[in-house]
Amino acid sequence: MKVLDRVGRATTGFFEYAGGIVILAGESATFMVRLRIRFLETINQAYNLGVLSTSIVLLTSLFTGMVISLESAVQAVQYGVGNLVGGAVAFASARELGPMLTAVVVAGRAGSAIAAELGSMVVTEQIEALTSMGLEVPRFLVLPRLLALLVMLPLLTIFADVVSLLGGMWIAQNYAHISTDSFIASARQAIGFEDVLKGLLKAIVFAAIIALVGSYQGLATRGGAAGVGRSTTNAVVNSIILIFIANFIMSFLLFGGG
Amino acid sequence: MAEVIARLEDITLNYGERIILKNCSLDIVEGAITCIIGLSGAGKSTILRLLDGLRKPDEGHVYIHNHDICHMPEDALNEIRRKISLSFQFAALLDSLTVGENVALPLREHTHMTDKEIRKIVEDALESVGLAHTFDSMPNELSGGMLKRAGFARAIVTRPELILYDEPTTGLDPIVTHLITDTIVRLRQKLNGTAVVISHDLQSIYMMADYVAMLFEGAIISYGSVEEIKRSPNPIVQQFIQGSEVGPIPI
Repeated sequence: MKVLDRVGRATTGFFEYAGGIVILAGESATFMVRLRIRFLETINQAYNLGVLSTSIVLLTSLFTGMVISLESAVQAVQYGVGNLVGGAVAFASARELGPMLTAVVVAGRAGSAIAAELGSMVVTEQIEALTSMGLEVPRFLVLPRLLALLVMLPLLTIFADVVSLLGGMWIAQNYAHISTDSFIASARQAIGFEDVLKGLLKAIVFAAIIALVGSYQGLATRGGAAGVGRSTTNAVVNSIILIFIANFIMSFLLFGGG
Repeated sequence: MAEVIARLEDITLNYGERIILKNCSLDIVEGAITCIIGLSGAGKSTILRLLDGLRKPDEGHVYIHNHDICHMPEDALNEIRRKISLSFQFAALLDSLTVGENVALPLREHTHMTDKEIRKIVEDALESVGLAHTFDSMPNELSGGMLKRAGFARAIVTRPELILYDEPTTGLDPIVTHLITDTIVRLRQKLNGTAVVISHDLQSIYMMADYVAMLFEGAIISYGSVEEIKRSPNPIVQQFIQGSEVGPIPI
């Protein structure tokens, strides 16, 4: 009976969680469609959540591009196909690692910030104060963060793709003596504009996941400082898990076997 | 006969296993100051949240102007809330905004006033609680007492019909306590507004209350004017207002 009880609770909890996020998304979308947007706050959040994440995104992308190049260049040169290294780096960056690593880094930085801020607002009654003033919390707090990430994450992904390529190119040139021209030609052959666009589509979905999971966790905070800590941890962990799942589904749908 | 602006009718509310309110009923008379007294944790603040629609009862009804707000859609409830203000015990100012921006928030969101008009009203509200100099301060730069008064300014800035004060004088020095109590009374006179005040400060209550309701074990056990409460034959009320350790209230 205990097992059944646990399974029942877990199932209920899952649907409550998923339902809560869907409702939050629906409410935010309603305000977005009705153009009830706090533009200044959205810009402020774009700066806090997006611009301030730039350095860490660029740094991780740079080293990711470099390590892909390093690993593939050694093998490629051994087999005499060094001219394919640029393609490998571009392929991995634009379609998978660029969007996903950027999302994971932003989930760690911005998702946790969203959950912690909203969670603190819950425990200090600021959320109740907004509601008591007749202000809609999804419009006032969630929508600016959602819009900010929907704009900033694709931009960060483009930067990540470029920096990753540059890092890969530098390693290929200096470590495996693959010329820049060869690297770029290989990259251009391996991926098209469509691949980059599909990568950006992924980034948009990941942005929604980070903003909505972070906001939901923050608003669902119960208890004091410990509750804020739990919400923050859950926001990051759940966002990253969902990003990985969504990445697989989207790769399957967008790229299929090709 | 006095009009009733808000009514709690047979409210039952539990937090998990714990019973907070049980068949609790209370009328809030329009234009009057009703003070709710009771032990810490008795559910007094919960009553304010029920009146503001922030909590839904498990059973019973909450009426504001004869509208049952328990089963109201959120949009309609928000319309009702614009006529009600809740002054929180710990102010609950948004810490990302200045004090002036916090007080101005309801005006910015719900009116079409110009910045100049809003600034004038906000400055007046802050001055009425002795915080005229804090317009550009951040909430974290204010002391606990000042924060409470800033929250109080935000509550009165829209000139609501019903103001709910959650322990407005707790933690304040006697001079500011007197100032706040006096402001509550002045505001009622000026706006012909209604107030519900949760307080443990009996001196303040005696100064401002038209009606006093005592909440004990989830229900209102005594209700009347200050004099009626003082003369109440109920031993629980007498023990509470005398602050005695001896009596029927379990310590």
